[in-house]
Amino acid sequence: MKRTWKNGSQEARSLTESNLRRPMGLISFSKRTFKHGVHPPENKQGTAGSAIRQFAFAPEIILPVVQHLGAPSEIVVREKQEVVRGQLLAKASGYVSVPLHSPVSGVVHKIGNVPILSGKMVPGLHIRPFPASGQEAIEGEPIDVESATAEEILQGIQDAGIVGLGGAAFPTHVKLKVPDGKECKTLMLNGIECEPFLTTDHRVMLEQESDIMLGIRYLMKATGAPKAIIGIEANKKDAAIHLSKHIPKDLPVTIQVVPVKYPQGSEKMLITSVLGIEVPSGGLPIDVGVVVINIATAAEIGRLLPYGRGIQERVITITGPGVIDKGNYLMPVGTPLRFALEKVGIKGSIREVYMGGPMMGMAVSNLDISITKGTSGVVVFTEKDVKQNQKIFPCINCGACVDACPIFLNPSKLGILAKAEAYDEMEAQHHLMDCFECGSCSYVCPSNIPLVQQFRLSKGIVRKRKASQKVA
Amino acid sequence: MEGKVLHISTSPHLVKGTSTVDIMRNVVYALLPVAAYAIFAFGINALLVLTAAVASCVITEHVLCKWSGKETTISDWSAVITGLLFGLTLPPSFPLWMVVLGGMVSIALGKFVFGGLGYNVFNPALVGRAFLQAAFPVAITTWTEPFAISRFSTVGSSLMALPFMEPVFDAMSGATPLSAWKFDKVAVETQDLALGLVSGSTGETSAIVILLAGLYLIGRKMMNWRIPVAILATVFTLSFVLNFLNPESYPTPLFMLFSGGLMLGAVFMATDMVGSPITSLGVVIYGTVIGLLVVVIRIWGGLPEGVMYAILIGNAIAPQIDRVIQHRVYGTKKIAS
Repeated sequence: MKRTWKNGSQEARSLTESNLRRPMGLISFSKRTFKHGVHPPENKQGTAGSAIRQFAFAPEIILPVVQHLGAPSEIVVREKQEVVRGQLLAKASGYVSVPLHSPVSGVVHKIGNVPILSGKMVPGLHIRPFPASGQEAIEGEPIDVESATAEEILQGIQDAGIVGLGGAAFPTHVKLKVPDGKECKTLMLNGIECEPFLTTDHRVMLEQESDIMLGIRYLMKATGAPKAIIGIEANKKDAAIHLSKHIPKDLPVTIQVVPVKYPQGSEKMLITSVLGIEVPSGGLPIDVGVVVINIATAAEIGRLLPYGRGIQERVITITGPGVIDKGNYLMPVGTPLRFALEKVGIKGSIREVYMGGPMMGMAVSNLDISITKGTSGVVVFTEKDVKQNQKIFPCINCGACVDACPIFLNPSKLGILAKAEAYDEMEAQHHLMDCFECGSCSYVCPSNIPLVQQFRLSKGIVRKRKASQKVA
Repeated sequence: MEGKVLHISTSPHLVKGTSTVDIMRNVVYALLPVAAYAIFAFGINALLVLTAAVASCVITEHVLCKWSGKETTISDWSAVITGLLFGLTLPPSFPLWMVVLGGMVSIALGKFVFGGLGYNVFNPALVGRAFLQAAFPVAITTWTEPFAISRFSTVGSSLMALPFMEPVFDAMSGATPLSAWKFDKVAVETQDLALGLVSGSTGETSAIVILLAGLYLIGRKMMNWRIPVAILATVFTLSFVLNFLNPESYPTPLFMLFSGGLMLGAVFMATDMVGSPITSLGVVIYGTVIGLLVVVIRIWGGLPEGVMYAILIGNAIAPQIDRVIQHRVYGTKKIAS
């Protein structure tokens, strides 16, 4: 059974439009937010107003098998084999792993090592799309939201290859699995998008409301949550109002608009902003009865599961001062970054490219990598936009980092200890491992001290030491 | 499309942009009106004292950096701040050779021996001032009247005193309001204090100019407002209570606020980021301790003025405050120690 891509959303829409509820009471504008944090320039105006556009197929799609956190997928096709859009290319190799589906109909040109964002080479597939193909997608076992059990939904989410689309790319079915003895009281949808420049989630909320609502239905069933809250930052009020008009009568969903602040999109900060509670140090949101899912991930679940399809494309913001045709693009997974940048056009010569936002995204060292499932945005800076390396001054104890850290650490003290390589003291006495690397400290530091950069290294060293202690 | 080199760094790729040099430069901007008022009030004498103070601090820093084989750090403006603050604490008729000596001590012993900017325990300007107080107790307590008619035409003879010779002070020396009160129980009008119509150190005369300069820095978020507020509130409250109990033997709270070096110290010296605690609660405690010490030294101590020692003691306990006062880390129940 084959069906074209567009039809899916249309059907889902007709499903919900008939039983709309008035938006009164479903949306609340809250002044409450987490303490500390920073306000980087938003820089979203360049793309916030531009609707999602379909991106062209590249002449060659390059798919690494590592597009998620966890075990790499196992390739199940051969070289020269013809594949259909939506066909399984690589299967999950364990519980914390997801399969990979073909984003195009074409031929597997080559299987070999391909570069990824981290700079490593991993196994991957080169697929050449058939130029004149209709690109219809193959479908699998549909999962009906009414009759499926929680286990079946979780399995369906894994089979669809769904990972967190906010950037971390952690397999969603693992995150949704409520451990024994724990209870999910609230499903939290993360529509915060606090990273500057990115407008992916913003556009998804404005354009894929019925997919989101259907996705929430699946997610509530999978987690057993009796209610869901969508958290949205006040710079996306239009999206909040739009969504509030499309909440079905029988779906216990509310929307909470919270003040704009970075890093509110972090799970812990979002929970504190919306519910006013703290997640215990070293714990997970489920420890306070919450499961947090990115809003675009929810939309993807609502779009794919009714047809048993695998994830083939995602919405990406391509922006930054270096980009000519800035916008939000629906882009096939595996599109080479170089092709994407050539299509949108770059003024001048590229100096810096980030995948993700500028606060937590990773710098690209090789334009031959591909757009993956976890790529929420691409930000491009050219020669003239990048300042030369700034001089590092000693810490003047100004306290800006202390007033910025959303976890209430003392980055100034941690920075001094990191320089002295006192990693054990950092961990034992100064809560190093609670740092989730939002970078607010480095952002505000007037002395340009690479604080979060040192903490990232220090955390790695502490983890390694612990692992070697276990072995010994 | 592709540049020669892709620049790689770990996130965050954005910085706020206010640099340490920006902060230092703005403190200098804020100090300029205070210095200008000092020159307006005390004429050429103040100009010479301030120039000598800044020059000796900057040159000392430069020479010490070169001597230790490091890149010079005078471009970060911190030596200029130290020089200006140091000069503003001195009497306008202070012999210039002593000014230069004190400036050298400020930078060398107050800052450089600790490792330079960011590592000093005490406010360097006050270290220099404390040295002079011990070395030249007479010269540093000899004051001239402000707004003397000849202030722009003649240079005080004491300024040009030769090193290690007894300086000769001009006849127009006058007591500061604090010593007048302390030793003769004579109180000066608050209005005169606020406008700086009294004798004192070059920079401690006009409380209003200092407050406005402080507001500029607070507005630019380059100064922690809690420190001056805590100090001034403590001094006001404590002296209000004392004055209420016994108006005969204790001065009015407004006199306490506007006299001596309290404004300059509270706004520009206690707020030195390096020497103050890092948490908001910490700086309030720090400010309260300084305010308390100011009142105690002024009223019960042997000296008429106690701001300098109060701030130096505050600097000394700041690291201890930071050790005890720490934020409760997110997701933890008890305060970490």
